[in-house]
Amino acid sequence: MASALINVPERAKRGEVIEIKTLIAHTMETGFRRTQLGALIPRDIIRRFACTYNGTEVFRAELHPAISANPFIVFSTIAVESGTLEFHWTGDNGFSVTQSAAILVE
Amino acid sequence: MVLAFAASAFADEIPRADRRSGSDFMSRETRAMQDDDTANPGMLWVLEGGALWTRKTGAAGRACADCHGDARATMKGVAARHPSFDAAQGRLVSLEQRISFCRTDRQGAPPLAYESRELLALAAYVARQSRGLPIEIAIDQRTQPFLDAGRTTYHRRQGQLNLACSQCHDANWGRQLAGNVIPQAHPTGYPLYRLEWQGLGSLQRRLRNCLVGIRAEPYEYGAPELVQLELYLMWRARGMLFEAPAVRP
Repeated sequence: MASALINVPERAKRGEVIEIKTLIAHTMETGFRRTQLGALIPRDIIRRFACTYNGTEVFRAELHPAISANPFIVFSTIAVESGTLEFHWTGDNGFSVTQSAAILVE
Repeated sequence: MVLAFAASAFADEIPRADRRSGSDFMSRETRAMQDDDTANPGMLWVLEGGALWTRKTGAAGRACADCHGDARATMKGVAARHPSFDAAQGRLVSLEQRISFCRTDRQGAPPLAYESRELLALAAYVARQSRGLPIEIAIDQRTQPFLDAGRTTYHRRQGQLNLACSQCHDANWGRQLAGNVIPQAHPTGYPLYRLEWQGLGSLQRRLRNCLVGIRAEPYEYGAPELVQLELYLMWRARGMLFEAPAVRP
């Protein structure tokens, strides 16, 4: 799957509260489902999501099997300075996706 | 003349003024998910389709873009006009079948399985280019027999529950079945992300679900019966605006 859709405002005023939306492709297999023949489908989920803003962590979430597929995480942060926001998802079976977005703060 | 014949036979068709897309029957939250491209999970498939569009593949070493250029221009309206009659193959084809045929015939690549991630991604990407356009199904002497066959299937009682599509979707739309509102069954947003599926699926997947729901033997993916039913449903929804990739409960 292609990976993630990130929505960060391109520019913001210093001190402004900005909303960041993230959507990542992942089946989030709970580990509770069974196949037609009764075999348990093993858990395969994203476990952690973190966002850093010029190296400082501004948001972190731990995900559990109750989160549905293709997790959509929206959060806000304060636009302090221009730079890069980095988004990192990690999960089972070595799942690791990193994406970044630039923001211009005036 | 041919068009008049196509319209005459079944009077219980929903009048154009009363036609409503499935999105009208959804909750406000689900509608908001569909309307926001940054929240619509179907866009993940559209993104992947966009990447596949430019990827060279097959014995011919061709990408879709090599023949079709920028999909935003060349694929505009295509999904809203399918299923259509493919003169080269001499039969009615769905959008997925046409993409698959291009894959084997023009790119020399192995065929994409129905409901595979790649086929759905390409279909979603092509369908996205028709968003906002009216559904236009051309009926002529080649496609009239398929339309008639699809209409007959739509009105035929099937399965253990002995129900016809028309009984729910023409006669009882807006009422509830097992707590869910019955929509009018206009395929305005396919392929779409169904929350129940936790993934994107084609119209044929949905039709097979319906058939299983009335305890009928579901036709195989790609079966002529399903493509004809797709044709009838799209024709029945003519004039309505395309909204792919939609979100449904």
